[in-house]
Amino acid sequence: MKGSKLPIACDADNRLEVVLPDNVHPTSISRTVRLGTERLRRLYPIVILAIVLLLVIPAALEPFRLGLVGKYLCFAFCAVGLVLAWGYGGILSLGQGIFFGLGSYIMAMYMKLEATSADPAAAVFGAGGPPVPDFMTWNSVDTLPWWWAPFEHVWFALPAIVLLPSAAAFALAYAIFRKRIGGIYFSIVTMALASIFVLVIIGQQGYTGGTNGITNLPTFLGYSVQSDQAVYTLYYVSAGLLILTILAGTFVLKSRLGKVLIAIRDQEDRVRFSGYDPAMFKAVIFAIAAAFSAVGGALFTLQLGFASPSISGIAPSIEMVIYTAVGGRLSLIGSVYGALLIGGAKSLFSEQFTNGWMYFMGALFIVIPMFLRTGLAGLVSLVSHKKVRAS
Amino acid sequence: MSVDMLLSQIFNGLSLFTILALMAIGLAIVFGLMGVINMAHGELMAMGAYMTYLTSVIFSRWLPGVMGASFLVGIVVAFLTTAAFGLLLETVMIRHLYKRPLDTLLATWGVSLILQQVFRQVFGPINVSVPTASWLQGAWSPMPGLDLPLARVFIIALTLAVALGVYLFLFKSRWGLRIRSVMQNRAMAGAAGINTARVDAVTFAVGCGLAGVAGSALTMIASTGPATGQQYIVDAFIVVVFGGVESLIGTFVSAFMIGQMQSLFEMPFSGSMAKAAILLLVIVALYFRPSGLFSIKVRR
Repeated sequence: MKGSKLPIACDADNRLEVVLPDNVHPTSISRTVRLGTERLRRLYPIVILAIVLLLVIPAALEPFRLGLVGKYLCFAFCAVGLVLAWGYGGILSLGQGIFFGLGSYIMAMYMKLEATSADPAAAVFGAGGPPVPDFMTWNSVDTLPWWWAPFEHVWFALPAIVLLPSAAAFALAYAIFRKRIGGIYFSIVTMALASIFVLVIIGQQGYTGGTNGITNLPTFLGYSVQSDQAVYTLYYVSAGLLILTILAGTFVLKSRLGKVLIAIRDQEDRVRFSGYDPAMFKAVIFAIAAAFSAVGGALFTLQLGFASPSISGIAPSIEMVIYTAVGGRLSLIGSVYGALLIGGAKSLFSEQFTNGWMYFMGALFIVIPMFLRTGLAGLVSLVSHKKVRAS
Repeated sequence: MSVDMLLSQIFNGLSLFTILALMAIGLAIVFGLMGVINMAHGELMAMGAYMTYLTSVIFSRWLPGVMGASFLVGIVVAFLTTAAFGLLLETVMIRHLYKRPLDTLLATWGVSLILQQVFRQVFGPINVSVPTASWLQGAWSPMPGLDLPLARVFIIALTLAVALGVYLFLFKSRWGLRIRSVMQNRAMAGAAGINTARVDAVTFAVGCGLAGVAGSALTMIASTGPATGQQYIVDAFIVVVFGGVESLIGTFVSAFMIGQMQSLFEMPFSGSMAKAAILLLVIVALYFRPSGLFSIKVRR
């Protein structure tokens, strides 16, 4: 390899040519250089996503459309969580709607109590105690249930949005995985739980608002959530939190937890024989995914002004899985695009051809798992790899 | 509680049991024996129900003289249509996904969405109901104070007939022998000259056909709509998992227990809370017996 010329691929337009000293093997240099640029290149997708979410979309859309995109972003939180749990952990949860719903209801409980305390008519029914939300009085519940009371404090409600669902998810998942129930059975159990969650909410109308859910939530911390200004603020908050969530997910995957997780997905027994407790790792990642979903749920209530069982059942929970599948089950960022694309398609179909929507969704559910398991992200990386190889 | 009330309570539970068992038996074959998660199972039931409805419409228009036979013909039509659809589904889709159960789950969910929309556009969004045949109207009173609706009695008889049919098919027929050998040891069965791919297709089709029969029976107690399938899918899966996936007897026992519990719980609780309580109980039971009530002891 005397004086061989080595092109360094740090910039496609501006190639450097290096003449190596005789004692250095060309591949060793190219590897170190490539590592540096690859680290940079790995940042591109998240930077592009941030530009799209924070600059392009708010500039391009009127407030009504922006509100819709804000709503899709809420579901993107679930999709990002599912990338961790399903794509990397091999845990297909058909019950992410539960945690989305929990986050949504906790936020709604806080906002309902805030609205109630601001409403002079409500205090009349309080029977001396704290004022009672309107739907409770309609169902002849005259005193505020004890488990509602703490949610009037924002310092309790906000941490609870993350902590309660993830604690529930961890306890449930650890118990189940410790029994070595996994794979398809876990999916069926989560599906049944989603069904239970909705049944209980509908059955306990006096405490949960029943089928209608908790509605009429005009303010958060005294600020109106319904003005055009609020639409922008909440959109930016959602987008910002989503990017933070993706970064957190990236961190988890890069950590040892992520490595063990992938090993468990591929060869659970071997990991167990190496002395790890797979149940613990799987439960932790499931709890993280639940926390992400719950944050999305809370933002959903903030933006839409209600919490209802219609977003927690089996059908919405499975719909969340298809966001992830379309975007790419191994790509945190891809799943966000998946949620945005399907959300956008849903709005388009419901405005233009209502009947086509179910066919379109059905076709996605069939085509992606059968022919495009890596989703859009897989397509993109296929194309970009080809480009790299061709140049 | 009087004896009459207790008896009618038990009968209610029995009637629920037969519905659950009919729903679950097809799934027990598809999911239990083959390990295929068919999320469109509920929609196949709805398909069977719609076929029964179509048969009754055709009979009332062109063959009003033999209207009484329409329901029996409807059951056969329902079985044949859903079995044919199952055969198609297996060949086009399921066959390519046998090694990826989670992907099967998603793909069949897609099928269920499409079927729902097809039902909505062909039969309309409003529920349709099949007129009860004249010989199934009225009630049977074995003792004073106890009236058993004939339709429910017929469903119980139908369940027994289906159970017997499945037993004979699986354990006494040539095809049953092939199915059992393939499910027990695929490689050996193939080496012995059994066409395993064809056995898979037939097994899946039979499971789907049984879903159609269940849908047929369902028309006697409830109307049929595009969302009918969605209401029953969780129940069907829970019955099969609770019973132990590899055991058909387990499916019947678990359907019996869940049916009796449901009718018992509906007295103190509201309908939805009773259902939630039962699902929760089953999940707790599964925690202590992960492989269900009746499990074949195998080393995993």
